[in-house]
Amino acid sequence: MIGLAYWAETAIKVGIAAAVVPTGAAVAVYLFLFKLISFMQSRLGPMEAGPHGSLQLVAEVGKWLQKEDIIPDNADKTLFKLPPFIILATTFLMFVVIPAGPTAIVSSLPVGIFYILAVSSISVIGILIAGWASANKYALMGGIRAAGQLIAYELPMILAVVGVVIQAGTLNMQEIVYQQSGGEIFGLDWIGNPYILTQFVGFIIFLVAIQAELGQTPFDMPVAESEVVGGYLVEYTGIRFLVFFLSEFAAAVGFSAIAATLFLGGWQLPESWGIGRTAMHFIGPLVIFGKAIALTGVIFWVRFSMPRLREDQLQRFAWKFLIPASLANIAITAILKVAV
Amino acid sequence: MPAKPSLPGFLQGMAVTARTAKETMFPDGLKNPIPQPSKGAATVQYPHDKEEPAARARGVISLQEDNCTSCMLCARECPDWCIYIEGHKTLAPPRREGGKPRSVNKLDRFDIDYSLCMYCGICVEVCPFEALYWSPEYEYSEVRIADLLHDKSRLGEWFETVPDFEPYEAGAEVKQKPVSRKGAK
Repeated sequence: MIGLAYWAETAIKVGIAAAVVPTGAAVAVYLFLFKLISFMQSRLGPMEAGPHGSLQLVAEVGKWLQKEDIIPDNADKTLFKLPPFIILATTFLMFVVIPAGPTAIVSSLPVGIFYILAVSSISVIGILIAGWASANKYALMGGIRAAGQLIAYELPMILAVVGVVIQAGTLNMQEIVYQQSGGEIFGLDWIGNPYILTQFVGFIIFLVAIQAELGQTPFDMPVAESEVVGGYLVEYTGIRFLVFFLSEFAAAVGFSAIAATLFLGGWQLPESWGIGRTAMHFIGPLVIFGKAIALTGVIFWVRFSMPRLREDQLQRFAWKFLIPASLANIAITAILKVAV
Repeated sequence: MPAKPSLPGFLQGMAVTARTAKETMFPDGLKNPIPQPSKGAATVQYPHDKEEPAARARGVISLQEDNCTSCMLCARECPDWCIYIEGHKTLAPPRREGGKPRSVNKLDRFDIDYSLCMYCGICVEVCPFEALYWSPEYEYSEVRIADLLHDKSRLGEWFETVPDFEPYEAGAEVKQKPVSRKGAK
């Protein structure tokens, strides 16, 4: 290890986080929102800005930055300006405990996964404030829908994670990664022991829950343009809207990285492949980024394929199906953990 | 009890989008592993590539000036009142040797304001002298809205693109006398 002063280490970590989070969002936007959905509709998507439209997002950001910053007359001015910062902050805070290598982690908290679940639910407050402060009935409806949805799906998400935590016996993300890299399953040792094999139900519940947490179709009732004309986003323009928009994609990559860490083995490749710890310092970040982008692809694939559910179907699906299923998953995991 | 979202339908939808994406990226099948979305996509990159419109596409209304008698029927029937006609009477040489000169209407102005036109085609239908035709031309956008007022010389240029009359199918009822588009005087 290279000895660095605390301030130097912090500065490097902040710099890397500030570079990685927008990059992840930009890659997700280009690959999936611009290209994948276009190919799924038999068209090409943006082709003009840069080679194959790769600079389209830069052009769009430039357009948003030029736009007038409008605050409605009746809006609560101070509160109206606050939500983009809350959303952005929670998105960045989520990345703090996601490990990308043996030492490539901003802070290896002993209760990492607990911290992530706590931090990610702060965004509900931002969305509720946005809905309330806009002084717009559609925004308020959207904000309340979002709050109801995020609370309903927070629960199955946490319960799905509990299964992993029981099996791993730790809340530390780094430990969970190491647990998955070793061992063998069904007498095979070449894929390690990723928890997707033993916690498959939990993995599916987690994916469905993050789909709803991110407000992606088929769970996009809070921003349903045909029902509440954009929901809590309706009064936001220019850079404030841009922050909401890019945070959504950064959060998609972040949640996918969490899912990859919990269920797919994170940055670690199986121990039996015999790759040294030094090499993993360089390969690890690429591995976790690849896994996260692939899972983001699955989220967007579902988003592009499905129509929107109805509000009551959404709540019924969470409370009557997902939560009992995840509770059963916890019970079975706990029994097997004690018995085996 | 509302219908629950069913899993098989959900998976079918995912398969449809995945298949379309595959066919767009790999139009030659998976044997050619280089994605060729430009070939597989059903769309055309418009300013670079142009789609050939159908021969009888209703792109723009064109004018065969020699056939127009300034009868004003089209201008009066136009729901948007976007056709402006001005003409004057003049004498034309007699048809037969030794006859007296004919009195004809000479067209001074025939403008269609395409910022108002709603492409209903009533003027084409109502013209009794075969002076107005649908042309498949479609590239006539302008930066300024006032420039969309096109005069008779522009409408005459578009007449060059009008496809010739297609013969009726055998046994079809002939409702209208077939008039050739080209060289119709």
